[in-house]
Amino acid sequence: MNATAESYVTEDGRTIGAPVMEVKNITLKFGGVTAISNISFDIREGEIRAIIGPNGAGKSSMLNVINGFYHPQEGEIWFHGEKRKPMKPYQIAQQGIARTFQNIALFKGMSTLDNIMTGRFTHMKTNMLKQAIWKGPAEREESLNRDIVEHVIDFLEIQAIRKTPVGRLPYGLQKRVELGRALAAQPKLLLLDEPMAGMNVEEKEDMSRFILDVNDEFGTTIALIEHDMGVVMDISDRVVVLDYGKKIGDGTPDEVRNNQDVIDAYLGVAHD
Amino acid sequence: MSADFFYTVEVIINGLMTGVMYSLVALGFVLIFKASGVFNYAQGVMALFAAMTLVGIQTGQVPFAHLINTIFGTHLHKFGWEVPTLLAILLALGVMILFAFIVERYILKHLVNQDPIILFMATIGLAYFMEGFGDLMWGSEIKNLDVGLPQGGNIWLENATSDWADGFYGFYLDNLDMWATAIAVVLVASLIVFSNYTKTGRALRAVADDNQAALSVGISLRTIWVIVWSLAGFVALVAGIMWGAKSGVQFSLSLIALKALPVLMLGGFTSIPGAIVGGMIIGVGEKLFEFAVGPYIGGATENWFAYVLALLFLVFRPQGLFGEKIIERV
Amino acid sequence: MFYRESGDFKTTYAKDTQTFPIKLDRMGYYVILAVALILVPIMLMKDVGGGANYWTNAIFLPFLIWAVASIGLNILVGYCGQLSLGSGGFMAVGAYASYKLMTWDVPFIGELNFVVVVILSGVITAGVGILFGLPSLRIKGFYLAVATLAAQFFLVWLFNKVPWFYNYSASGQISVPTRSVLGFQVTGATAAPEAKYLLCLVILIVVALVARNLTRGRIGRSWMAIRDMDIAAEIIGVAPLKTKLSAFGVSSFFIGVAGALFFAVYLGAAEVGEAFGIQKSFLLLFMVIIGGLGSIFGSIVGAAFMVLMPVLLKNIMVGHLNWATDIAAHFEFVIVGALIILFLILEPHGLAQLWRLLKDKLRLWPFPH
Repeated sequence: MNATAESYVTEDGRTIGAPVMEVKNITLKFGGVTAISNISFDIREGEIRAIIGPNGAGKSSMLNVINGFYHPQEGEIWFHGEKRKPMKPYQIAQQGIARTFQNIALFKGMSTLDNIMTGRFTHMKTNMLKQAIWKGPAEREESLNRDIVEHVIDFLEIQAIRKTPVGRLPYGLQKRVELGRALAAQPKLLLLDEPMAGMNVEEKEDMSRFILDVNDEFGTTIALIEHDMGVVMDISDRVVVLDYGKKIGDGTPDEVRNNQDVIDAYLGVAHD
Repeated sequence: MSADFFYTVEVIINGLMTGVMYSLVALGFVLIFKASGVFNYAQGVMALFAAMTLVGIQTGQVPFAHLINTIFGTHLHKFGWEVPTLLAILLALGVMILFAFIVERYILKHLVNQDPIILFMATIGLAYFMEGFGDLMWGSEIKNLDVGLPQGGNIWLENATSDWADGFYGFYLDNLDMWATAIAVVLVASLIVFSNYTKTGRALRAVADDNQAALSVGISLRTIWVIVWSLAGFVALVAGIMWGAKSGVQFSLSLIALKALPVLMLGGFTSIPGAIVGGMIIGVGEKLFEFAVGPYIGGATENWFAYVLALLFLVFRPQGLFGEKIIERV
Repeated sequence: MFYRESGDFKTTYAKDTQTFPIKLDRMGYYVILAVALILVPIMLMKDVGGGANYWTNAIFLPFLIWAVASIGLNILVGYCGQLSLGSGGFMAVGAYASYKLMTWDVPFIGELNFVVVVILSGVITAGVGILFGLPSLRIKGFYLAVATLAAQFFLVWLFNKVPWFYNYSASGQISVPTRSVLGFQVTGATAAPEAKYLLCLVILIVVALVARNLTRGRIGRSWMAIRDMDIAAEIIGVAPLKTKLSAFGVSSFFIGVAGALFFAVYLGAAEVGEAFGIQKSFLLLFMVIIGGLGSIFGSIVGAAFMVLMPVLLKNIMVGHLNWATDIAAHFEFVIVGALIILFLILEPHGLAQLWRLLKDKLRLWPFPH
């Protein structure tokens, strides 16, 4: 792991920049239960950062803190070099953080196209009066954004289901549409909560490919939670390991693999 | 102590008793909501229908007389007998149980797993249906309901308290209201006993908690629904008798029942004690507000006070008085 | 075979998102517009068959005005997923706002133009709607529905008890002064049926177009996002309160416009409890359910259905079978209630969905395999 704030180039030729997001000393409690205690790590520009850990380690809670569903009792979050004030999830989305959910959170009543179009929400600005008239600015804006969405649809290879209501799609495709919605937002930071949960090997391969391609082609910074160790070790640049709400490891896949605390956590050594 | 003080007390007592009546209707809502997650808008119309049926049976009315006469040109009105009150109540209860079967068989069964809001709208449809059906069956005129409960003010109490203060004429309390309070207390107590100490009651609570889990231990959801709707029908009948005896069996009865909704918003949709306390708060609140503020702003504030109170209350405490704070999981 | 989209290639995104993407639909739409805008008014003017007044007052006006209101409610319930039982109260706001505006001698201007009055009534209703929509941030589902009952009962009480709203008239009623649009009298008993009809029709067309435009773009998608999953809506940047309030505002605007027309053009004189009671809230909700939640076209069809059905029932039962009117009224309740349940069980998306299914069949006809 490169400890300085300087940028470096990976083996496969991608440039990893300075930290985009720094999470500092976060502690989150629900009533008397401490879900996260004193966790710090950073996410660098252009990297794929994995957060792993056994069930109940606080991974999803961490994502929820980052995108504003939970408000930690202690700690700071720095985004693009600025300390973030307490914000609502939609304000954080407007800052350029998009995410997908562990359980698919698509808009069931809308088509694939409309679902992905909603991802463009923060980029569309015409006011209600112009929307009501439609002809002119609103229609132009719609077409411009539709163009971007069509690129995402091409990229994810889901042209054929463009106008299908998402409720009718199989699980794997729904996950893909949800990724598409997050991509359409052209986020500065993309959070993926178990993007491959419940998929078969083939679907996992597809999804891994999409994640790598997104990172490679658009330079999108990605933080993901995943249980499949093989996938995590293959695609991520750096890994942070949580256990019982504490950070027990942080570094490149190789470093983490050889970390004694991590091995204990996964193989189940008794806690003191 | 001054007469004003005693009048205020009188208003509060009357409010409490009105509140008990609201609670009575609210109980029906809670029963169905707990066991099936259905917010039964038709509860009020069920009370009206139950009361109509009771009067119809009691006075020996021919069902659908008006319609039959219109179609066949006959002149049917009454069978010419009078059914004793107790028997009539039992028969009316039978009709309500039959109704529960029909609702389960033709509506609920087809709407399993739908959004709560869809079920809610379905019960609005049910309310409309029953309203029209009840009118067709028993006629839409205002009916007198007499089940032998004492009516009018309690003279004894009035006389006994009239010399408590100058210018005070004694507490005016309605006999019927006092009876209703007593009956409601008995009803609530027996419902609590039923749901806590009987096998069926435990099954009801299991279904309320998690109907999938309940199914897996062999509880029949459909049977439970029929039982719950029958119970709600029974509560509706009791409420219908009380309200009907007080102000006649008429359409406005189903509007009074709407008041149960704000009661539930205060008390929480799943709590029987909540329904009782909520009813009391609404009853006392609206009577006091009308007494103290009503005269200055034109009166008839009872029309909206309950709803506005519940609305304001909900904004600050969405889970109701007794509900637990819900932590939203993402 | 004839009704199809193949061969009708779209070359721009704008063409792909148009309202009637299939050629036959577009033609049908123009034919209906021509009939409604030209043929019907001529027939009303010539009084063909001698029933111009009956047709206008019993069918056309109620249908057109309820359709406007129904589009309004559908935006809130069908698109944004916020159930409201306060529509009757909001219609009353529109009606009383229009009454106060019409009887107000504006400094330097004098009498306000009727169209301006209708629009302002909508704006005022939108304000009231937004106010009563505020709790929607904290309250969801049927809790909100009950909360909107507060609007219904409070507003009706307010217009009943505060004499300023009915200009201290002895009867407590409001009655409309005569007003004209483009030189044609549109309010009052002496207004020509075709003038009233055309005014309401034009307003309905404008409202339908605006509603369609709002629902197909950014704002419509944000409403539907809130409806389908509010948490997911937040992570794509939709602000829940602002979005819900915009739906309450737009919805109440249309309902207020409908309320103003209902009072000024259709009723002429109104007493609030009678004209805008809770039954009206339910009637409107039924139009939306039967027509189809989340469909502009459905709102119009639903309004047509709920206006025509009682007229038809009455014609059959009272007119032909000579039954008493109250029996017909009771039957109406039974039928409406049964239909609501039936639609919710069989086709929760209403008549609009049935129409879509029919069109899907037609696309393949006569070779369905």
